Amino acid sequence: MRALIQYIKDVAQGFYSLSQGLLLTLKYFVRPWKHIVEQYPENRTTTIYIPEKFAGEVVLPHDENNRHKCTACTLCEMACPNGTIKIISATIEGEDGKKKKVLDKWVYNLGMCTMCGQCVDACPQDAITMKNSFELSVYNRNDLIKVLNKPGSKLKEKES
Amino acid sequence: MTLTIQFSDITKWIHETLNASMSPGWALFSEFVLAGVAMILLVVVLAVLFVYMERKVAGFMQLRLGPHRVGPWGTMQVFADVFKLLLKESFAPFTVDKFLFNFAPILVLAVAFMAMAPISFAPGLQLWDMNIGILYVTAVSSIGVIGILMAGWSSNNKYSLLGAMRSGAQIVSYELSAGLSLVAVIAMCGSLSISDIIASQADGWWIFKGHLPIMFAFVVYVIAGTAETNRAPFDLAEAESELTAGYHTEFSGMQFGMFYLTEYINMAVISMVATTVFLGGWLPFHIYGFDAFNNVMNFIPSWIWFFGKTFFIIFLMMWFRWTFPRLRIDQLLKLEWKYLLPLSIINVVIVAFLVVMGWHF
Repeated sequence: MRALIQYIKDVAQGFYSLSQGLLLTLKYFVRPWKHIVEQYPENRTTTIYIPEKFAGEVVLPHDENNRHKCTACTLCEMACPNGTIKIISATIEGEDGKKKKVLDKWVYNLGMCTMCGQCVDACPQDAITMKNSFELSVYNRNDLIKVLNKPGSKLKEKES
Repeated sequence: MTLTIQFSDITKWIHETLNASMSPGWALFSEFVLAGVAMILLVVVLAVLFVYMERKVAGFMQLRLGPHRVGPWGTMQVFADVFKLLLKESFAPFTVDKFLFNFAPILVLAVAFMAMAPISFAPGLQLWDMNIGILYVTAVSSIGVIGILMAGWSSNNKYSLLGAMRSGAQIVSYELSAGLSLVAVIAMCGSLSISDIIASQADGWWIFKGHLPIMFAFVVYVIAGTAETNRAPFDLAEAESELTAGYHTEFSGMQFGMFYLTEYINMAVISMVATTVFLGGWLPFHIYGFDAFNNVMNFIPSWIWFFGKTFFIIFLMMWFRWTFPRLRIDQLLKLEWKYLLPLSIINVVIVAFLVVMGWHF
């Protein structure tokens, strides 16, 4: 008797759980305006939504006076598992006569980057971030090797 | 009736015109050709609609949009796919059994067409009104499994053979409960002829006037029918993630297209039988006592009723396909032999009891 009750219970439970799934897909079916698919090539300049968290490329933000925060410490270069980053530093003489290492070129090879974000985590100055841009393809592979610091940019000194 | 020209008038007119212009033998022959062409046209149109509907339903249920690039709302997508298949080479690997390999898709397709013969689409629009219509459909549609086994065996490929064997096991077992659920209605109606079954539903469809046993039989039939057409969640015969494409792995071009078309024709046959047996065929929906409502329902042409119901059941099958995960082979056989078959046998016994006691309408 107990086996029979269990059998009927199983059947009823099965139908209940199946109906849950059916209701969910029916809900999706009858509300096509809530679909999450982007009409990409048409809406690339209008309604496209890329989340802020999306990691598309590494950028080195500059402020309005063309200053960045990179001290050329090369921690990001060491953190990078793919050898994507190459920091070329230069030594200049400061106003007080001390020799000082400054950033010359922040070379970023986008073709080798896997967007793991370890360079961003490693940076002690928060100089680099991930940007959510995604239309990054180029015709020439050499164009993927970018210099992130703008020409003539300087280190932004910390206001202590 | 507001519709004065019946389909039977049209067929009668064709018959008389042909007989007036040629000898009876040639007239019969040209009638056969006309009927065949009409059936092929109907099936092709239905298949195009089904494929488009399938892709749209699939898209909408997965929060996508379905095809929408080729033509307005993607309506030309199906034609693009068909022309692609037509232009491709029907390639056969070197080690296949050439005769069986080329014959299998034709057999499967021919069987699927044959099963359409006794179906009544509208009053008078029926190819062959035989007295064992339902038996014929169930018998003929089970020949299709031979074509599938043939395709799997002749491909000389382990995946194909596994898929074909699975398909055989599945179709042979699910035919039992599909047949038993049809038996429930046949017992109440007392006839195997499709026109008789439809005529017996003039005062109410069997699903309504047959009480709980027929409703249960309907559910079992839809499940078993989905399994018989090898569609998800019972698509073990194809099982993309396990068997590449199952029994039609080695087929390409239009030979593959024939298997693809067959799937949709089988779906159409299953849903047309379900429509005829459970949902009153081409009869309109009536509520007893509401005469104004009934008159409005009568105004809708019968072929719209028939295809509307067919498409409803097709939608049910698509809904299942894009909701449920695939069953394992042991779960599939367990569902049939431990759940559906015992329950449908009990159901048939209850129906028989109702019929003997005269407790049905």
